Amino acid sequence: MALFKLTPPFLSGSSRVTKHMLQLLAALIPAIIALVYFFGPAVIVTIILAIVVALLAEALMLKLRQRPLMPFLTDGSAVVTAILLAIAIPPMAPWWLTTIGILFAIIFAKHLYGGLGYNPFNPAMVAYVLLLISFPLEMTQWSPITSLADHVVDIPSAFQFIFQGSLNSQIPIDAISAATPLDEMKTQIGLLQTPEQIMQSPIFNSLAGQGWLWVNIWFAIGGLFLINRKIISWHIPFSMLAAIATISLVTWLISPESYASPLFHLLSGGTMIGAFFIATDPVTAATTVKGRIIFGAGIGLLTYIIRVWGGYPDGIAFAVLLMNMLVPLIDYYSQPRVYGDTSS
Amino acid sequence: MTQLGSFPGGLLLDGQKRRSTQTAIRTTPISKKLILPMQQHIGEAAQEVVSIGDKVLKGQKIAQANGHMSVCLHAPSSGTVTAIDKQPVPHPSGLSAPCITIETDGEDRWIKRQGVADYSQLSDHEIRQRIRDAGIVGLGGAGFPSFIKLNPGIHHVIDTLILNGAECEPYITCDDMIMRERAKGIIEGIIIMRYALRVTQCIIAIEDNKPEAIVAMESALEKYPETDTIKVVVIPTRYPTGSEKQLIEVITQKQVPKNGLPLDLGIVLHNVATAYAIGRAIIHGEPLISRIVTVTGTDVKHAGNCETLFGTPISELLNFCNTHRHKDVPFVMGGPMMGYNLTADDLPVIKTSNCILVGVDNTSHQSTAMPCIRCGDCAVACPASLLPQQLYWYSRAKDLDKTREYNLFDCIECGCCSYVCPSEIPLVDYFRFAKTEIMHKQQEHQKSDIARQRHENRQARLEHEKAEKERRHLQRKLALAATQSNKEKAATGNNVGENK
Ligand code: SF4
Ligand code: SF4
Repeated sequence: MALFKLTPPFLSGSSRVTKHMLQLLAALIPAIIALVYFFGPAVIVTIILAIVVALLAEALMLKLRQRPLMPFLTDGSAVVTAILLAIAIPPMAPWWLTTIGILFAIIFAKHLYGGLGYNPFNPAMVAYVLLLISFPLEMTQWSPITSLADHVVDIPSAFQFIFQGSLNSQIPIDAISAATPLDEMKTQIGLLQTPEQIMQSPIFNSLAGQGWLWVNIWFAIGGLFLINRKIISWHIPFSMLAAIATISLVTWLISPESYASPLFHLLSGGTMIGAFFIATDPVTAATTVKGRIIFGAGIGLLTYIIRVWGGYPDGIAFAVLLMNMLVPLIDYYSQPRVYGDTSS
Repeated sequence: MTQLGSFPGGLLLDGQKRRSTQTAIRTTPISKKLILPMQQHIGEAAQEVVSIGDKVLKGQKIAQANGHMSVCLHAPSSGTVTAIDKQPVPHPSGLSAPCITIETDGEDRWIKRQGVADYSQLSDHEIRQRIRDAGIVGLGGAGFPSFIKLNPGIHHVIDTLILNGAECEPYITCDDMIMRERAKGIIEGIIIMRYALRVTQCIIAIEDNKPEAIVAMESALEKYPETDTIKVVVIPTRYPTGSEKQLIEVITQKQVPKNGLPLDLGIVLHNVATAYAIGRAIIHGEPLISRIVTVTGTDVKHAGNCETLFGTPISELLNFCNTHRHKDVPFVMGGPMMGYNLTADDLPVIKTSNCILVGVDNTSHQSTAMPCIRCGDCAVACPASLLPQQLYWYSRAKDLDKTREYNLFDCIECGCCSYVCPSEIPLVDYFRFAKTEIMHKQQEHQKSDIARQRHENRQARLEHEKAEKERRHLQRKLALAATQSNKEKAATGNNVGENK
């Protein structure tokens, strides 16, 4: 154990980086269970693969950068990055897709910028965008919801598919690839269907996409737990969700035939994981209270704009990266008023 | 006035007060040798008025205030002056400073004391003079000469005197205990201070984790007929509520202006133990020669509060409280948040020694610091509404201009940021470093300004001298030329008329 410190304060609080990360992981568990329940156990294989690759990459980079393995390897940050990316990409993504993504996240987006604490961009989102641009086909093959699939892909077949790219002959290709609700919404609105008609499709229920609704709700519950434990502050998630809700409400009220409802937007795609787990990554977010509100609102607005008018079905990753770029500016202009400062 | 304010940030800390409040205040035995630093206050060191070999009595002045910001020093017990030299003193820098050493004779004989039973016979000026002569400084820990804070000057109208009994740092209980046991004496002091400041109201602020002290103060107040202008205000326990500006905001809901003083709000703040010392000095004629020191911590078996003569070696105090100090625990003068590391245990107890802390429960460790993850917890905790992570960033990069832009000098070094930092970054160390660095720079700047000025003056003088020389040279030349031409004229005298 290290020596005690010779300078004040001699007392130390109980919160530690590792503890932060562990609670973050705990908060993700319910949503992961929901993902398994709705989209099959393949996601577990991808998560484990991602964690293993992430830890190896982290260790390698620490070695190369001549940093001590401990405590950095166990600080949990690499594991969090791995899980966030593994959840964001399709559950049946081939192994090389996951591996490329993680390597890019850890080596380029994190360590080449100076490692934990120094990276301006959220590593998981950098990797996500890289994969989305480079491998659009693989990145949009999302598993159908299990209740609608003829076949549930069990763990051995998931293994086989992820690592060998082949499927057991009894399993139809539909079992691993279907449109997500956001995809469907976007394509069908493009075909001049109204959201109401589109929502008749079996992949939706009355509020949002089947399964996605619950996954989002569980992410939100996990997020509220983190706020309660003071791991994250409420500012970013709430301003982001408020921004999405506001803009989608306005467009929906103006033209319900061509815009989906606010609830649909709040409970679809990556909204909740984005709001509570990705946008709140402290390293890449704004740090002041005012700054966080601006940062969150910016992500919310950009997400909506990209979803509705942009070229991709979901916009969380782009929105987060764009706002990451603005963080230095936001922080500078949102400094709190210093104690006793009466000048405005 | 019933409504309380609150300050930004702050922490709820585990007080650990009960460790040292289980026994009444004890008196530390008189040490054989007392070492008295001549500077135990903020300002200029006192000037010794005794010499080696002199016999001194308890309470006899041994050093005289020197300059405006200075107070006197007295012999804590009777004995002989054996040395006047540099000795190690308790100070964050761990340096040595001039001290007077007294070998005590054990008789503890007092000098003749001149108390004034009725303070109203004295003018406010005389009261301040007596307080200064009695060597009284703020006993809360900073050691600011008290008489200065009782002299607001003609530019400020003071209406409120706040007595700080908050004692927000964990472990420390000396103010708590003095309020419990010597409430009457404190109130006597407050009444004198009220008179000297001519204030209309006095507020004794006590954190709600000291119910015994609150009861003691309130019931003591009841016995005074003219004390309706003095009242106890119970404030919520939150660190650093005992810090001057934070306490004022809690009590008055007003923030002391940036770069301003409490005086600007018409407020003067003193510590409760200081009030007690003032009462003793005026009414009983006793100078400040001892104080109550909390001795506590995980390594102290009989933790408690000890009335201790100044100059007593800390080691004797530790023995008295049955302490077995381990090498690997913090050994601190002051509290665990703002105290400083003690380098040796033979250092003397001085006027600002409110607590000796040996071992804390959640020790912070060296060298485990991780990178800043920008979580912003430090900014949330900061009672000065600063952005510690930005200050850290720029202090580390030695970008001193930026640290000033981020208001480095508004940092009160309370340690809240370091305490909450999940990366265990010693933020306060960085801030102190940056502050000293800036002050050094400024001093150097001043020095070089002076040097440049000198150089320029010299240059100007030289130039002046040179010009003067040349002028004289020219004059001489002209004079020479003139006499020569006169001679010539004389030689050719007959031509002169012709020329004319
Ligand atoms: S030490 Fe300074 S920066 Fe840190 S919390 Fe206290 S006032 Fe704020
Ligand atoms: S608390 Fe520590 S890790 Fe968090 S922002 Fe402040 S300095 Fe960085």
